[in-house]
Amino acid sequence: MFRSVASRRVSFAIRGIALMSLALTVNGGARSLAGVTANPVTISLLAGGNDPAALKFATDLAAAFTKANPEITVKVNTRPGGTDGDNLVKTRLATRTMDDVFFYNSGSLMQALNPDSQLVDLSGQPWAKLLTRDFKQAVSTSKGMYGAPSSSTFNGGIMYNKKVYAKLGLQVPTTWVQFISNSQKIKAAGIIPVLVSYGDTWTSQLFVLADFANVSRQVPNWSTMYTSNKAKYSNAPALAGFTHTAEVFNKQLMNKDYATLTFVNALKLLATGQAAQYPMITAIISNVVQANPAQVNDIGYFAMPTDSGTPRATVWAANGAYIPKSSTGDKLAAALKFVAFLNSPAGCGIQATSGTVAGPFAISTCKVPADAPALVADELKYQAAGQTGLALEFVSPIKGPNLEKILVQVGSGISTAQAGAALYDQDVTQQAQQLGLPGW
Amino acid sequence: MSPAPELAAHEAVTPVTHRPRKTRTWSTYPTWFFVPTIMLYVVFFALPTFSSFYFSLTRWSLFSSTFIGFGNYAQFFHNPQLYTAFTHTLIYAVITSGAKVVLGFLIALLLTSPIIGRGYLRAVVFFPVLLSTIGVGILFKSLLDPFHGIVNFLLGSVGLPQPGWFTDPNLALYSIAGVDIWKGVGIATLIFMAGIVAIPGEYFEAARIDGATSRQMLRHITVPLARGATVTVIILSLIGGLRSFDIIWATTGGGPGFTSDVLASVIYKQYQAGFYGLSTAGNVVLFLLVTAIMVPLSYVLNRNQVDL
Repeated sequence: MFRSVASRRVSFAIRGIALMSLALTVNGGARSLAGVTANPVTISLLAGGNDPAALKFATDLAAAFTKANPEITVKVNTRPGGTDGDNLVKTRLATRTMDDVFFYNSGSLMQALNPDSQLVDLSGQPWAKLLTRDFKQAVSTSKGMYGAPSSSTFNGGIMYNKKVYAKLGLQVPTTWVQFISNSQKIKAAGIIPVLVSYGDTWTSQLFVLADFANVSRQVPNWSTMYTSNKAKYSNAPALAGFTHTAEVFNKQLMNKDYATLTFVNALKLLATGQAAQYPMITAIISNVVQANPAQVNDIGYFAMPTDSGTPRATVWAANGAYIPKSSTGDKLAAALKFVAFLNSPAGCGIQATSGTVAGPFAISTCKVPADAPALVADELKYQAAGQTGLALEFVSPIKGPNLEKILVQVGSGISTAQAGAALYDQDVTQQAQQLGLPGW
Repeated sequence: MSPAPELAAHEAVTPVTHRPRKTRTWSTYPTWFFVPTIMLYVVFFALPTFSSFYFSLTRWSLFSSTFIGFGNYAQFFHNPQLYTAFTHTLIYAVITSGAKVVLGFLIALLLTSPIIGRGYLRAVVFFPVLLSTIGVGILFKSLLDPFHGIVNFLLGSVGLPQPGWFTDPNLALYSIAGVDIWKGVGIATLIFMAGIVAIPGEYFEAARIDGATSRQMLRHITVPLARGATVTVIILSLIGGLRSFDIIWATTGGGPGFTSDVLASVIYKQYQAGFYGLSTAGNVVLFLLVTAIMVPLSYVLNRNQVDL
């Protein structure tokens, strides 16, 4: 292990050098061939994952961009999601082998990339003044603004099949008790009540993460207390997310193949009405648009139910497009052009057709199209009523890296909710100490 | 007895013409031939190794590092997953190493005896060793899928229970150990075969003349005289088991939850989370642990070695 990490790092470096020299020769050759016309440039784009929707969005965008700018070719690469993806992004930034443009989360994950030393400041770009305040905050440090929105904002909560709800005569629940009783009725009808997809471990987190707007409604300064080591997940109100995760398992309200099901397949079950409810972020609706286009509008959204019955929707800021400092010269110019294109009317069009429209956009140039998935209308109702709150990752820098594994344990009956929450508090402590925050 | 005076005396009486020949016996090539190799070793192994001792004492973000003394070590030993991971590591190392010794020896016995298709069977047993570990992990992940895997399909079709090989928290670690044994037993077999083939035939002949049964020959000739091979297999497979990571990561990622986490996967997850100093400290601990187990063990095992 000792040796293998070192050698992995070395092999990254070697690969990086090899790639760089390859890129140089290709570029040089093309330049001499092109002669008098504008310098042809090839830039690479790292998609926001390796699922079909992430790949399609990146390739469609690259194709449209090259059509508008024939001298620039965009090569699309993919990466895994979840913590594997975080690791890859950090390693490639540190070894200066990052793609010229990459899509990544905003908020605390983006802050962990050490943006001041790694990313190109975009605050001077002409489109920067059109951004929403929330998004600017989610991609900025005190020294600069580093991201352009690459998706709409989106919500976390429960995605549900409206046809199943209509067929069984169910009402959208606001209290947790109603949610459980709905689920039991769905189960009695022979339909999977709650989809659980631990084949992608990151999906285990939604009962906790999407409950945060409810936590911050009860204790408005919870995130500040949490960042300064005063509020814990082992105590109410934050504990609710853990007990909910456990309750769904204990009452056997989930699919049998929960340990291996992937989110892409879970969405197919939801779209076709074989399952009724899925705790999720709505950003992944783009996978339904691709796999089950006829059923997109059968899927609706409601905020995470609470004990009190006044749920708020938890909102995620848009994901970002970033340019690493390792991108320079012609490539940097091309990358800046690409990022600007992303939020031009043409880019907004690609975002609407093959990207993610799962809520309002973070830039005034892009508008939610009339044919957006039906769940967007459900989300906008919470916006209109002022019943929303930002997710924790946009209001605190601390997110323990083991939350998804801990919740898999809670949600598979390996440990209790209380034990899982206590374990997560320890994980949070570790993260805070590694960040060198005061008070830990 | 000190050899130095003797050597000096010897040199004094040796004719001058013989001297160059003597030195040439241990240095056929100029010493600077070693320089490229040593440079590679220093740059790619020695330097990273020693710098990692330093980085284990820092809070390191790959971009910058702050010296924090033994803070990472303190934190590593406070890790809630450390103790389960430690037990899992020991269980995993002992199971895989034990099974590789026993199975490897039995298969080697079979493959060194005159049986039909011996060459083919030797190739078949060794074949899994040639496969990429990650490839094997992914392959078994689909073969052993609880719902769509062929293994459970076959078990189900004859009415046997269909366990969640990699998804049942009580079974995951043992399933991975099974895959590891399948993949690694070929090397053990190879080493045992070399050891068994090297035993001079005269011993068996003499024993047969004295009326020894094949069981007695196995017990009193093959097993003791293959001891060198046994020691090698135990040491190699135990080190491999203690440090094993790739097959675990490819099959369960340490899951479900933390039920198949070993030290190496805990360290890797810290690395993934961006805790580079902490995970480097973990690696130093793992290195010391493997050394602390293996050095005394190999001393004890090698002490009574039989020379052929």
